[in-house]
Amino acid sequence: MEDMIFYDRLQFAFTITFHYIFPQLTMGLSLLIVYFKWKFLRTKIEKYNNAAKFFMKIFAVNFTMGVVTGIPMEFQFGTNWAKFSELTGGIIGQTLAMEGMFSFFLESSFLALFIFGEKLMGQKLHFLTGFLVFLGSWASGYLILATNAWMQHPVGYEILDNGKFVLENFSALFSNPWLLPAFLHNQLASLVTSSFVVASIGAFYVLRNKQVEYGKLFLKNGVIFGLVSSVLLAFPTGDWNAKNVARHQPATFAAMEGIFETEKAGSEIVLIGQPNMVEKKLDNKIAVPNILSFLTYQEWDKQIPGMDQFEKEELPTNIPALYYSYHIMVGLGTIFIGIMGLALFFLWRKKLFTMKPLLWTIMFLVPFPYIANITGWYVAELGRQPYLVYGLLKTSEGVSPTVSSGNTLFTLLGFVALYMLLGLLFLVLVGKAINEGPTPKTH
Amino acid sequence: MEVFWYVLIAIVFAVFFILDGYDFGTGIIHLFFAKKEKDKEVIAKSAGLFWDSNEVWLVAGGGMLFMAFPTFYASVFSGFYLPLIIVLWLTIFRAIGLEFRSQFKFQMWKDIWDKSFGVSSLLLALFFGIALGNIVRGVNLGGVENGVSIYEGHYFFLPLWDSSFSPLCETPGVIDWFTIIIGIIAVVTLAIHGANWIILKTNSSINDKLKIIIFKLNIVLAILTLLSLIVWQIVNPKSLHNFIDKPYLVVFPIIYFTGLIGLFFVKRFKKEGHGFLFSTLLILGGITSSLASIFPIILPSTNGVNEPLTIYNTSAAEYGLSVASIWGVIGMILIAIYFVIQKRLMAGKIDKMDYGH
Repeated sequence: MEDMIFYDRLQFAFTITFHYIFPQLTMGLSLLIVYFKWKFLRTKIEKYNNAAKFFMKIFAVNFTMGVVTGIPMEFQFGTNWAKFSELTGGIIGQTLAMEGMFSFFLESSFLALFIFGEKLMGQKLHFLTGFLVFLGSWASGYLILATNAWMQHPVGYEILDNGKFVLENFSALFSNPWLLPAFLHNQLASLVTSSFVVASIGAFYVLRNKQVEYGKLFLKNGVIFGLVSSVLLAFPTGDWNAKNVARHQPATFAAMEGIFETEKAGSEIVLIGQPNMVEKKLDNKIAVPNILSFLTYQEWDKQIPGMDQFEKEELPTNIPALYYSYHIMVGLGTIFIGIMGLALFFLWRKKLFTMKPLLWTIMFLVPFPYIANITGWYVAELGRQPYLVYGLLKTSEGVSPTVSSGNTLFTLLGFVALYMLLGLLFLVLVGKAINEGPTPKTH
Repeated sequence: MEVFWYVLIAIVFAVFFILDGYDFGTGIIHLFFAKKEKDKEVIAKSAGLFWDSNEVWLVAGGGMLFMAFPTFYASVFSGFYLPLIIVLWLTIFRAIGLEFRSQFKFQMWKDIWDKSFGVSSLLLALFFGIALGNIVRGVNLGGVENGVSIYEGHYFFLPLWDSSFSPLCETPGVIDWFTIIIGIIAVVTLAIHGANWIILKTNSSINDKLKIIIFKLNIVLAILTLLSLIVWQIVNPKSLHNFIDKPYLVVFPIIYFTGLIGLFFVKRFKKEGHGFLFSTLLILGGITSSLASIFPIILPSTNGVNEPLTIYNTSAAEYGLSVASIWGVIGMILIAIYFVIQKRLMAGKIDKMDYGH
């Protein structure tokens, strides 16, 4: 039984981590594409149109990857988490089915039209198809976040005698206090990834002295969008989410902040340190007194319950992983604001395009927003443990009763092999698109 | 409400098999009959332009099934664990085959992805047919051994095959001689459908030859259909009862046979879309007839211990289904609109259409 849950969780974690490489780019990038296309309509300068079309090519590769790795996510609810599906399908099935209906169709239908239909329909309609692709991808994010918000903070339900969750109030799924901050935070994080990708490609072109006109355009817009979204990511949305965790999942809050003992006169904020689960303390700790209490409750001496206040069964199952995920996310987010702030300063002083060290930094920064996005989701998912539906349904109660661990390990290994191949091909394709660049080929 | 959602989901899955079905069929034809590079390219393109907007019907159907019949979703997806995951892998190989073939110019690269597209399309058609065979045959619900259930009555787990390969043994697997027959029927049907699609959408040099191929495959299909009706009686003696009790259900087999008979006249069709229309009827009729034969059961039980799964004992609660029917109808209308817009803008032959660059 332990094996079974472990492999089921590992397979889900692996496949969702790989899957989320793609949507986090497409959601943010679709907004930037709409922006470039809009600039083109306003200014009639051809390079904005070429930029929009270039990024739609990158979008399309990511979208394909997102589709083929996304279907396994939907299927795994049934294949590996059958008991969870049976008990909660009446509720989360609503938002998941709506995602299929209202966002995938929109996105896939109009993506094809955007790519193939520019000459057929004229510029205004072409802009509209781009906008609908954006709408579809953000609707998808919203409905997935609504699903996750219900698992984090269940609302609008009733539990029957046989353990089934029954929907009692449809609109409660969307007025869930967990949903809006989580959605905004997630979309901004997606915008950070895509802005950094845009800036990074720009830095590459400028440094290589190739497609320089586009390189500068991408750098400028990538840096501006990147800084704005990084700042909004920390405040107000990051702050808002942390307060939600403190209020609704206090045991998770203590674990992710690394508070082992309750401090009577206000909690310190931990910057660095390694959780020592044997002695129940942080090793090599650097912390600033009272800041956490202030940030969370705007009171310097507010008492925050530490992990010593909770039963072992209520605490997340992997505290060090949760703690590291949270600190990596926050640490990277802070670094992003610093680098992008600096870049914007030099952009304003008209020195950015010749500052090689900064351009190299921007170019190589590109993996880190991905890491920050994924660790952010690890905070949400590890933080919800040991529950699938917070406080109500344990993870161990959700697995498929008939699928043996041997079968799950078999499919996990298959996914690992297949996704390695996919990842490799993805890099080849994106590399090829970047190498060809946005300048239209002259036949 | 259960019936409403059952019908809606059946429509979505039928549309999926009609639309993505021509992609699978195109892959099968591509694998066996496309010889010249120019034909290979245009045939792959006739699927490559559309596969992703066709595959979303599967995503939508899966989501709706999850919402409306969560117990069925849980039972069937975990019970058919291995074949479902294998189908997922095959859809990935199909997709990358189509997306990657045109990315580089050298022939070896194209050959690899052509095989990936062709073989996975063939196996997908086979597996989807086998799946349909499993649904009408039923499974050992509750995993009964010697009269005792080892799981809850609505759960089961099927191995890929039982060593006897017989649908009549106590613990039939996913693949047995009955489901293989249904699988081959699916392969032949979708190959015909794919050939019709190629004729409709391309100017490939094998279009005339494909009409002869369709004619021959149709003879095979007619024989296999008769065979399946006979063996179905052996597997499930009550298989035709629904059609006798509720004679109006006969409309579904009539749709199927209209398609089957119509395709014998393939060489005389004046308009290129006619063949495609008849093979669409074939798929629609085949799926709806199979589902109608067991309705309101959606998964029969092969043992006497546990009740079969029906639309009534696996559905979500009334309130959820009612709310969902409101957004469901709005969603279907929107989907129909997108579908019409897309088909109108991408109507006609696709030979000249720019793809992937």
